[in-house]
Amino acid sequence: MGKILNQRTVIAVLVIFALVFPLIYADNRYVLHVMTIGFIFAISVYGMNLIAGFTGQLSLAHAGFFAIGAYTLGILTTRNEMNFWLALLLAVLLTSAAGLVLGLIALRTKEHFFAIYTLIVGYLIYLLIDKWDGLTGGVRGLIGIPIPDPIGPLTFESATSMYYLVLAFLLLSIFISVRIVRSLTGRTYIAIRNSEELAQTLGINTRINKLVSFVISVAYAGLAGALYASLTRFIGPDVASTNMVFNFLMYLIVGGIGTLSGPLVGTMLFIWLEQFLRSYQEYHLLIFGPILVLMVIFFPTGIVGGFYKIKAKLQHKKLPKESKYFNPVPEKSTEK
Amino acid sequence: MLKLTDVTVRFGAFEALTKVNIEVKEGELVVLLGANGAGKSTIFNAISGLYKPAAGEIEFIGKRVNGYSPDRMVKEGTSQCPEGKKLFPDMTVQQNLMMGGFVHRRHKDQLKTSLEEVYELFPILREKKEHAAGSLSGGQQQMVAIGRALMARPKLIMMDEPSIGLAPLIVEQMFSIIRKINESGTTVLLAEQNANAALKIADRGYVIENGSVVLQGSSKELFHNDAIRQAYIGA
Ligand SMILES: Nc1ncnc2c1ncn2[C@@H]1O[C@H](COP(=O)(O)OP(=O)(O)O)[C@@H](O)[C@H]1O
Ligand SMILES: [Mg+2]
Repeated sequence: MGKILNQRTVIAVLVIFALVFPLIYADNRYVLHVMTIGFIFAISVYGMNLIAGFTGQLSLAHAGFFAIGAYTLGILTTRNEMNFWLALLLAVLLTSAAGLVLGLIALRTKEHFFAIYTLIVGYLIYLLIDKWDGLTGGVRGLIGIPIPDPIGPLTFESATSMYYLVLAFLLLSIFISVRIVRSLTGRTYIAIRNSEELAQTLGINTRINKLVSFVISVAYAGLAGALYASLTRFIGPDVASTNMVFNFLMYLIVGGIGTLSGPLVGTMLFIWLEQFLRSYQEYHLLIFGPILVLMVIFFPTGIVGGFYKIKAKLQHKKLPKESKYFNPVPEKSTEK
Repeated sequence: MLKLTDVTVRFGAFEALTKVNIEVKEGELVVLLGANGAGKSTIFNAISGLYKPAAGEIEFIGKRVNGYSPDRMVKEGTSQCPEGKKLFPDMTVQQNLMMGGFVHRRHKDQLKTSLEEVYELFPILREKKEHAAGSLSGGQQQMVAIGRALMARPKLIMMDEPSIGLAPLIVEQMFSIIRKINESGTTVLLAEQNANAALKIADRGYVIENGSVVLQGSSKELFHNDAIRQAYIGA
């Protein structure tokens, strides 16, 4: 019980912090903007975590789907002058539909073949955006993407209002992730991650479950992409670049792949690190590279996973030997 | 209940099973004996749908089930307790057990009774239900594996070398529990290298060598067969 209270307290403190943050930095657009971008990327990384971290299928097409979401919103709101909210919904739906089709094919491959296949899919999406001038504006990109339309008295003109809007979507995304992972569906995904054959022999249709997990993960990417387009007001083909997907992967691995708070921790850490190391430009990879390598070797489940492991050791709990993952808070709902 | 007729399984050019004929009647406890690499697990995997036979027929409760997917086979009433325990190490004991009841996930009451039955069979698992499965001892992990297979409420349970790597005393307990499972009405197909212990509880047995059935008979017959005594019992 103490543990749960403890965890609740941490979450409450974080949420309150996030809520009052704009009050502290009310006149610092830059800080708010960086935070908001971080939240958007975190939403995307939560999606990646669901398929790669919990279901065990490393999808490297994630930036591609992020871009589909971004461009769908961008094109619909600029060319078609569609209402922002409708465009946002369509962006998520269209990205999911693309995920469904590409996932049906991609999930016929396994393990590293799946990673390679999705990497190629991601690259093809990049090429498509880059070359299809007529639709996407090609290398010039799309400019003049509008901010969200007001909802009644709520407008989204200030950095603060965008911050709160994105925060709301982030909290929703995290909430959905938690609900999925702590449910039987989540354990089904974890079972598939552990061993697909074993999962099958327990009666799990692994194909459908992987596909659903993939589509949900892609929907996260689509949502994040659409929000990104509206925040930055300008997008170019590089939102689909492999650079982007490896950034997502880095946030995920360092934060903690297969953990529920890892995506947020990793993303926010790197977003701010990148800001601080900005003056070193390309040299920052010299720092990030080795960090990543050390992380994968010593803390395969990242900062959050490492934290839980150390905590469990201090409490003299036995950890599973065969798995790098560790389920620190078994939900109580199994016996009802 | 289960009938394999001339079942052949190939991995590329390698023929792992050659025209295997096996029959298990309802309520029986049948053992497959054979050394490492004989083909016991392959037989199980062919039945459970993980491997597709290149030739031959598999019949389960009067139905031809060749080519059924593994999840479909579980719905038909088979359940496999795989070799080497193979748990979900990062789930708790109870979560592992509940995964075994996946096909009955919409019948909460039934799951509850199944879980209760498993805990009655293995009281130690109730004590350890919140522990990560990967942190248990070998014997306890085997109990979780068997319990998980039972949660599917199978008509036929297949246990692949449940005694492997366990201390002799635990092996004895394990086999008496397997007997108990069989007596409570579940048909059991067992794969074992420990012929001595297995033949004590089994009704009938098949001896598998290089992917073929080379000998079959009642447990008594097999137990007194000289070749078997030499190869597997060592007396
Ligand atoms: N998936 C597979 N791919 C290739 N060969 C396999 C596969 N599974 C089993 N075999 C081969 O089939 C033979 C029988 O193996 P197996 O059924 O595991 O034997 P047992 O369970 O009796 O020890 C072995 O030679 C093994 O190497
Ligand atoms: Mg075997």
